[in-house]
Amino acid sequence: MSSKINIFTKGSLDITPLLIPVIPFGIILGVIGMELGFGPYVTYGTSLIMFTGSAQIVLIQLMSAGASTFVSLTSVAVVNSRHLLYGAVLSEYLDKLSLIWKIFLSYFTSDQSFAVSYKYLKLNKSNINSHYYLLGSGFTLWLIWQISTITGILLGSIIPEELGLSFAIPLTFISLLVQEFRKLDHVIVMIVSGMIAIFAYNIPFKANIIVASVSALIVAAIITKFRSIK
Amino acid sequence: MIWTTVIFSGLITYLLRFSMIALIKREMLTEKTKIVLSYVPSAVFPAIIFPAVFLDANGYLLLIDNPKILATGVAVLVGLISKNLVLTIFSGLISYWIIIFAF
Repeated sequence: MSSKINIFTKGSLDITPLLIPVIPFGIILGVIGMELGFGPYVTYGTSLIMFTGSAQIVLIQLMSAGASTFVSLTSVAVVNSRHLLYGAVLSEYLDKLSLIWKIFLSYFTSDQSFAVSYKYLKLNKSNINSHYYLLGSGFTLWLIWQISTITGILLGSIIPEELGLSFAIPLTFISLLVQEFRKLDHVIVMIVSGMIAIFAYNIPFKANIIVASVSALIVAAIITKFRSIK
Repeated sequence: MIWTTVIFSGLITYLLRFSMIALIKREMLTEKTKIVLSYVPSAVFPAIIFPAVFLDANGYLLLIDNPKILATGVAVLVGLISKNLVLTIFSGLISYWIIIFAF
């Protein structure tokens, strides 16, 4: 029993350094949700129902720009498709768990908890309680995300519109890409995506985001293919 | 309508998380698909960044007298050097405020 609590706590502590950017990000989400006129309930609802960070900002930005439901949902799916990757990696370590555990743990999986848990699970493959690490890191991030969003919502109702805080949206997404700035293949994919999004800006339903993302992924697939030939 | 979209977005997000963990055999995801998936952020985020920076409120290209381009340049540079998320966001915001309020 105590080892379960210990493992949970270890996950909780190990994710702490990764929470530093999560807090301002959650606050920005709350502020932007209020600034774009979604009100406290919808803004917080995205954090509780989706709990996914960047896709929440994508969604509220698209809805405020008048995107169709189909485009909004497709965009969320594309942004979050990276979870397929995380799930595929994690499934190897969670194979023996009951379905209830899998249903439960799935909700708490995030970029940050995946990053720390993957290392731990790999090193502690034989420990039957290792999934408590995933729960500890995932739950801690979840809690901080909820608190940061609420803080942002409260701040959003007092921050003046003149500050132009919606500019924090592109800045946040830039910050999420900083790790890839030095990789030429990623930079090519980014420029393709950005240019198409601008030139296809006037196509209906804000579908430019999807057209640009899918085109850039095709370019990524071509780059990958080209590399594997060499 | 907004709530329906939020709830379905949550459902899609959840199913993407759950499917690989529980339902589908992981052999279904080939190595190549995994590599392409790792490009998802680089493929999606610029589609939001570029229009937000280079277009005005009416969707027209705004390349001259656009404080957002300069502020974005600062943020990218800070991001390149520091690789720090928080510094990147705030260097961009602060330089944006300096440009719009001081000039």
